[in-house]
Amino acid sequence: MGTHSMKFFKTTILALSIMGLAACSSTGDEEAMASTADTSGIDATTAAAQRAEAERLAREREAQQRMEAAALATTVFYFDFDVSEFMASDRDVLAIHGRNLAANSSRRVRLEGHADERGTREYNLALGERRANSIRDYLVVNGASLSQIETVSYGEERPSDTGQTEASYRLNRRVEIK
Amino acid sequence: MIKTLRNLVIVVSLFAEGLMAAELNIEITQGVDNPIPIAVVPFSWEGSSALSEDVAGIVAADLQQVGEFRALPAGNMLSTPDEAAEVFFRDWRILAQDYLLIGKITNSPGSQLVQVQYEFFDVAREQKLVGEVLTGSMSQLRDIGHEISNVVYEQVTGVRGAFSTEILYVSAQFVSPELTYYRIEKSDYDGRRSQVLVESQEPLMSPTWSPDGSQVAYLSFETNLPRIYIQEIATGQRRQITNFPGINSSPVWSPDGTKLAMVLSKDGSPDVYVMDLMSNQLTRLTDHPRAETEPSWSADSRSVVFTSDRTGQPQIYQVGITGGFPERLTFDCFYCAKGRFLPDGKNLVHVRRDTREDNSYSIAIFNIETQRLITLTDTSLDESPSVAPNGSMIMFATKVNGRGILDAVSIDGRVKFRLPSAQGDVREPSWSPFLN
Repeated sequence: MGTHSMKFFKTTILALSIMGLAACSSTGDEEAMASTADTSGIDATTAAAQRAEAERLAREREAQQRMEAAALATTVFYFDFDVSEFMASDRDVLAIHGRNLAANSSRRVRLEGHADERGTREYNLALGERRANSIRDYLVVNGASLSQIETVSYGEERPSDTGQTEASYRLNRRVEIK
Repeated sequence: MIKTLRNLVIVVSLFAEGLMAAELNIEITQGVDNPIPIAVVPFSWEGSSALSEDVAGIVAADLQQVGEFRALPAGNMLSTPDEAAEVFFRDWRILAQDYLLIGKITNSPGSQLVQVQYEFFDVAREQKLVGEVLTGSMSQLRDIGHEISNVVYEQVTGVRGAFSTEILYVSAQFVSPELTYYRIEKSDYDGRRSQVLVESQEPLMSPTWSPDGSQVAYLSFETNLPRIYIQEIATGQRRQITNFPGINSSPVWSPDGTKLAMVLSKDGSPDVYVMDLMSNQLTRLTDHPRAETEPSWSADSRSVVFTSDRTGQPQIYQVGITGGFPERLTFDCFYCAKGRFLPDGKNLVHVRRDTREDNSYSIAIFNIETQRLITLTDTSLDESPSVAPNGSMIMFATKVNGRGILDAVSIDGRVKFRLPSAQGDVREPSWSPFLN
C-alpha cells in the first residue's frame, strides 16, 4: 500500500514541475501580472482573462507548495536487492529534499541506511552505509551542505518488517531521512 | 487501538522480566550412524539432601550432544557400581558397551565442599583408563561434570574436549518497529546458565572474546552511532574504544591479545584497521573504495582474512598485517563472506551463496590447498560461524520458522545440535577459547 501512494506522488510531482517551469518562463510572477492589468486600461475581457491567469498561477503555486510538502513528507526510500544506488524514480523527491536543505542552512538531517536480513550482518552494515551515502551525495548535488547531513547504517539490525518474504525484504532495504 | 494496547502489554511483561536471559534448550538434531556405546552409571551420593545437579547426567548429555557417543539408559543397566571393586565387565559386555564411567560424590560433615571421585574403563580390554577425585563447592557440580566429559572425550577421541567452554551471543526481543530489546548474553556451550552482560534498546552486535576469556568486545549503537566497546566480564566494567566518523565495527582480538582488528569507514568506505591496544595506534590494512569488512586473524597473528566486494559481489581475501596487496581466496561463488581459518590454517570456514539464483546462505569449508569444498548446512539463512577451540564443531546462527536460533555442526558435517531460545531471536554466537 505504501508503495502505491508513493508512486502516485512521484507522477504528480513530475507533471507539476513541468507546468511550473512553463508558467515561470512565459509569464513571469503573479504580482507583475496584476500590476500590468491595473495600468494598461485594456478592455474588460482581457482584464478578466488576465485575472483568470493570475488565479491559475496562484493555484499552481499552491499546488507546487503542497507537492513540495508531500515530497518533504516522503522520508523513506527503498532499494533493490544488493543495490546501493537509490531508485531513479526517487530522484525528484530527493532533489526537493536537497533544495530544502540548501534553503534552510540551519536544518540538520540524519540518513539511516538499512539492509534486508540476507547475507552477513557486518557486510550488511557496509551496504546500509553505502545506501545512505548514495542519498547523501545526491542531496549535496542539489545544494545541501555535507555539514547538514549525518549518515548512519543499521545494517539488518532494525527491520521495519520482520517477515521472510520478498515483500518484507523490500520494505527493509531502505534509507530513512530523519 | 487494539494494536497499541497489545504493544503496551508486551512492554510491561518484558519490563517485568527485567534482565532475564534468553533460555536456550539444546536439541540434538543429527548424530553419527554408529555412535560409540558408553555406560555412564548414576554417581552415588549419601548426603541427606538431594544434589542440585545430576553429574552423571551432565556427562552423558555432553557426550551425546557432540554426536559421537550413545549413552546407555540407566534403566537398562544390570548393575550400578560406584567404584572399581564393584565393576563386573561381563555386565557391560552383554550390553555391548565399549566404555564405562562410574563415580561417587561425598562430602565431609560440616563442609561446603564435595568430592567427586570418578573412574573410566575400557570394557573390551577390562582396563581402567583414568580415575580422579575432583573437589569443589556444591555450586560447581556442573563444572565438575563438564570437566569429567573433557577427560572422557580426550581419552576416546584423542582430541581435547570443549565441554567447559562458553558462548557469547546476541538476543533480540522485537516488540514493535520502535522498540526492540537487544542483549549480549553469555552461557555454557550447551546454552545452560545464561547471563545477560549488557542490555540496550539500540542494536548490539558482534560480541567476541578476548583470547584469555576475561573480556568481550562488541558493537553498541547506544550513542545512536555504531561504536566499539570492551567489557570486563567479571566486573561489568566497560570502556568505549572507538569514536571515528562512520562505521566502527567487527572488533576481533589478535590471538596474542595485543591488538584489535576492526572496520572503520572514516576515510570514506569501510576498510580493515588494526588497533594496538597499548598505544591505541591504528594501522590500516586495506585501502579500497569498496567495502572491506569482517576481519579474522590467522592463528599466527600475521595475517587477516576479510570480505571485500571490490569485484562487485562479496569474496574472501587475505592480507598480511603489514598491509600490501591482498590475495583473493574464493572465486566460484556468488557471495562468499565472513571467512575464518580452522586452526590448521588451510580450511576456511565461511558463509556461502553459490549462485544468484539459489538464494540460500550456507556454512561451508573450503580447503585453499586442495580446493575441496564441503557445504555443512541445509538451512537457508545461515551466518556468523564460530569455531569451537578444539576445532571440532562450528556454531552459527540461522532462522527456523522465522525465529533466530543457534545451530552447531561438526566440521565433517555428521553431527548437528541446536540451541533454540525460549523467547525472542538469538544470533551471532561466539565460541570462547579454552577457559580451563
